[in-house]
Amino acid sequence: MTRRTRVPVPLLVPAALGLVFLVLPLVGLLARTPWSTLPQRLAEPEVAMALRLSMLTSTLATLLCLVFGVPLAWMLARVEFPGRRLVRALITVPLVLPPVVGGIALLLALGRRGLVGSWLDENFGFSLPFTTAGVVVAEAFVALPFLVISVEGALRGADTRYEEAAATLGATRWISFTHVTLPLVAPGIAAGGVLCWARALGEFGATITFAGNFPGVTQTMPLAVYQTMESGDLEGAVVLSLILLAVSVTILAALRDRWLTTP
Amino acid sequence: MTGHLVDARLQVRRGTFALDIALRIQPGETVALLGPNGAGKTTALRALAGLTPLSGGHLTVDGHDLDHPEKKTWVPPEQRPIGVVFQDYLLFPHLSARDNVAFGPRRHGVDRRTAHATADRWLERVGLADHGRRKPRQLSGGQAQRVALARALALDPALLLLDEPLAALDARTRLETRAELNRHLTAHPGAALLVTHDPLDALVLADRLVIVEDGRVVQEGDAATITARPRTDYVARLVGLNLYRGRGDGHTVEVAGGFALTTTDTVHGEAFVAFPPSAVALHPHRPDGSPRNTWSATLTDIQRHGDNLRVRLDGPINVAADITPAAAAHLELEPGRELWVAVKAAETRAYTA
Repeated sequence: MTRRTRVPVPLLVPAALGLVFLVLPLVGLLARTPWSTLPQRLAEPEVAMALRLSMLTSTLATLLCLVFGVPLAWMLARVEFPGRRLVRALITVPLVLPPVVGGIALLLALGRRGLVGSWLDENFGFSLPFTTAGVVVAEAFVALPFLVISVEGALRGADTRYEEAAATLGATRWISFTHVTLPLVAPGIAAGGVLCWARALGEFGATITFAGNFPGVTQTMPLAVYQTMESGDLEGAVVLSLILLAVSVTILAALRDRWLTTP
Repeated sequence: MTGHLVDARLQVRRGTFALDIALRIQPGETVALLGPNGAGKTTALRALAGLTPLSGGHLTVDGHDLDHPEKKTWVPPEQRPIGVVFQDYLLFPHLSARDNVAFGPRRHGVDRRTAHATADRWLERVGLADHGRRKPRQLSGGQAQRVALARALALDPALLLLDEPLAALDARTRLETRAELNRHLTAHPGAALLVTHDPLDALVLADRLVIVEDGRVVQEGDAATITARPRTDYVARLVGLNLYRGRGDGHTVEVAGGFALTTTDTVHGEAFVAFPPSAVALHPHRPDGSPRNTWSATLTDIQRHGDNLRVRLDGPINVAADITPAAAAHLELEPGRELWVAVKAAETRAYTA
């Protein structure tokens, strides 16, 4: 016997309002898009420049996060060491920290007169702030926790007995990691990478504080949106926003079926 | 210690559980570690494989100390000449059957081509020559078990460990796979240790049985000895015997508060008496004549047991009896009914404890 289950009104109404709240701004964006002049707008060199820079920096930031974040996640998931809880708490700090504060902190550490930055400057004549590399660092700082947390989750969910089986077949821990663990958690790492990339793509506060806002060098899409808006060109800001929205939605849609569906 | 490929005293303490068993296995011998769930069988297997370190005792395989806490010797699993077939096989899901089997040889420095040739040879030996390209999820349970066996054997381990190798299979596949596994175990020149809670697996596959209960070895020997002379209730239940412990005095063994069983064997001192349920006869009234052991009992339970019925009775001693349905109808069996139990002395076996 099937019984029609009714959704209680106190749940249905807020749920519907929440959905509207999320979708309405996007509708507004689409409604205000100057569709007729869109092709010319998109062809403007500043747009292409900012878009290319955003793609480049967020991809590099993601790679950086993968290189350091996956081993970090593995340590947290597989190795019992003193202070592990503290380390995990530290990793989540950039997650809750306002990005502007993160930018200031990065300046104090890696700026020309910062803790490590002054040493880098003296010994290598190398300075991160206000460079494209600085953008990558700022984005990686903000995005790394997303990667670490989701990869650690994937590692914890993976059956460690496969690693034991690999050990009985002669695999060292390193070989187990590369030949067994990594392939097993590849979907989790990919999902973490996508999250990380999306976070890096949208990064604003830490970037503008640590790397500044120089077109072609450090002006990523979100910064370009902000500047265009400030200069009174609402239409221009809408166009840039639309591009960011399209990129995000495309990436999400492309990866959703493979990696991001929750059971 | 000569002649033993594996010589171990496995001591592992974990919380309130303590495992302490001695194991010796000769080359070519298959030993079954048999026991109820939670007896410590899997802990023993993990200790042998190096997945759980010993807290005491020692493990020597082929003359090499692999684990000896007192000497601070510990060889990690990847360096032990020990292969494991895990209970649910743990075939690497992202690798083909062939790459799963080649995984071990590859880790031991064998080049890809040779490792693949080895894998193909082993897949052929387990009858899966044309399944090499399949992923584990495309294999049936029995096939996966054979790939796991091939994977473990491809390294010619001095000691092969099998953790409940047939438990995950359905009844029919189990029968075939058991026979096939037996063939491979017989052909394996090294030692093999089979962990199981299924007495049939142990009886068919092993040369010798080691019964573990509560982290201790309670009985050890070949199948014939153990099935004929069980020493604990667990073993007696496994082999389907009624078992009692008591004090022997010639042809009688006093088993409970003055109640004695008469046997044709001669025992003195601490002794066991065992007899099969089929040796128990039930009568509605006190029987006359030959049976020397008779007592009155209350029926507590009836269950189907093959073609017969297995009846349990309370009395001076608890006893299980197998009777035919025809006899059951004649006796009007129902729980609570008073019956007379008779067991011929000639059908009991008595032996010192």
